[in-house]
Amino acid sequence: MADSLFERIGGDAAVNAAVDIFYRKVLSDDRINSFFEGIDMDKQAAKQKAFLTLAFGGPSNYSGKDMRDGHAHLVARGLNDSHFDAVMEHLGGTLQELNVPADLIAEAAAIAESTRNDVLGK
Amino acid sequence: MSQLVFQGESFLVNEQETVLECLLRHGVTIPNSCRSGICQSCLMRATSGSPGTSSQKALKSAWCEQGYFLACSCVPDGDLELAMPDEVDVSQFSATIVSISNLNEQIVRVLLRCDEPFEYRAGQFVNLCREDGLQRSYSLASVATLSDELELHVKKVDAGKMSGWLHDEVKAGEKVSISAPHGECYYASAENNEQGLMLLGTGSGLAPLWGVVQDALHNQHQGPILLFHGGSKPQDLYLVDELTALAEKNTNLRYFPCLLESDDVVDIEKFHFGSIEETALNEQADLAAWSVFLCGNPAMVNTAKRRVYLAGASLENIHSDPFITQADKSILF
Repeated sequence: MADSLFERIGGDAAVNAAVDIFYRKVLSDDRINSFFEGIDMDKQAAKQKAFLTLAFGGPSNYSGKDMRDGHAHLVARGLNDSHFDAVMEHLGGTLQELNVPADLIAEAAAIAESTRNDVLGK
Repeated sequence: MSQLVFQGESFLVNEQETVLECLLRHGVTIPNSCRSGICQSCLMRATSGSPGTSSQKALKSAWCEQGYFLACSCVPDGDLELAMPDEVDVSQFSATIVSISNLNEQIVRVLLRCDEPFEYRAGQFVNLCREDGLQRSYSLASVATLSDELELHVKKVDAGKMSGWLHDEVKAGEKVSISAPHGECYYASAENNEQGLMLLGTGSGLAPLWGVVQDALHNQHQGPILLFHGGSKPQDLYLVDELTALAEKNTNLRYFPCLLESDDVVDIEKFHFGSIEETALNEQADLAAWSVFLCGNPAMVNTAKRRVYLAGASLENIHSDPFITQADKSILF
């Protein structure tokens, strides 16, 4: 069997490298950074890491319900598809900066995309 | 077979079992998610015994030093006593008030002598406990290797019970107790002494920074040290002469007294005006590989944390200590 996406992408080390780049992109983006006002950055970085681990096909115990419950307060504040798209853009941009091959980026994007309806409470 | 002690109960660990598996098997609820050392949900602290480096590889070095580890990645190699990360250490040390003196109109310097051996790092904080049980957190401005006395800077808070007592009533010789030291706001660059250090504090948030700066200089830190102390008006600052003199003596230390308002300020050339984080980032815009310390007003700490992160400082290298008053807490919680 071929190695999992997580292994091919570089495992935990890749996630660690990606978190800093990804989180800086998200926080610098005025379309979405208001959703991150006043939150604990250390805890948020850990969540970003869990999200990237999930997108990279790594070990994750997140359920659809966790995703719904975790984002419900943001949906109430207007979180919608345009914001999800912005995050997807930063995910792709981060992986490009890390020189991840395009086919692996597409795989990771597909996994992240699969959480869209749960995140947006649809 | 290793034994775990947690919340007063003992648990025997099976062969090859992790701390998390053992506790869950015994019906103890521990937050967890990925169970592979990534999500950090199962962060715990070993108060006795060593959890081993494989359970600490993703954690900040300051956390590792204090025994934090991930329960899902720890197959114990000996007995461990465990605590959840936010469980306050109940051990208390008795101490005696040595003196109280004014640093400015609102802040006093409290010197204490601990009656028993007390290990700490300058910049960590302790909970100071009065005999009737009243308890508040204060940062340590002293450096253990330079003084036998513990130094706290206490700002008078409106209707503050502890600060009012320390400002107006307490006498030298009175007994108090203090908790073990906590927090990660301390000098940890001894092995990386070319690293740049940026320190931002408002009000009595200077206390831990004063400790960190002295500790860094005492450790012959070689990299640049930029200290920014902020207030609204000149009377909010303190130790200005001491810090100016220290910066004259040490070429790698620069001291920036920062003020929000320029009205009625006589010697305008002595100060930097505007927000403290703006002044700091104007001075040093690229913080990649720098260590940053943020202490004081929670709004400043939160804003500055984001700004310095976006300026390139990694979260691992941002040490922050928001000073939350009891009044803030009643609004927040």
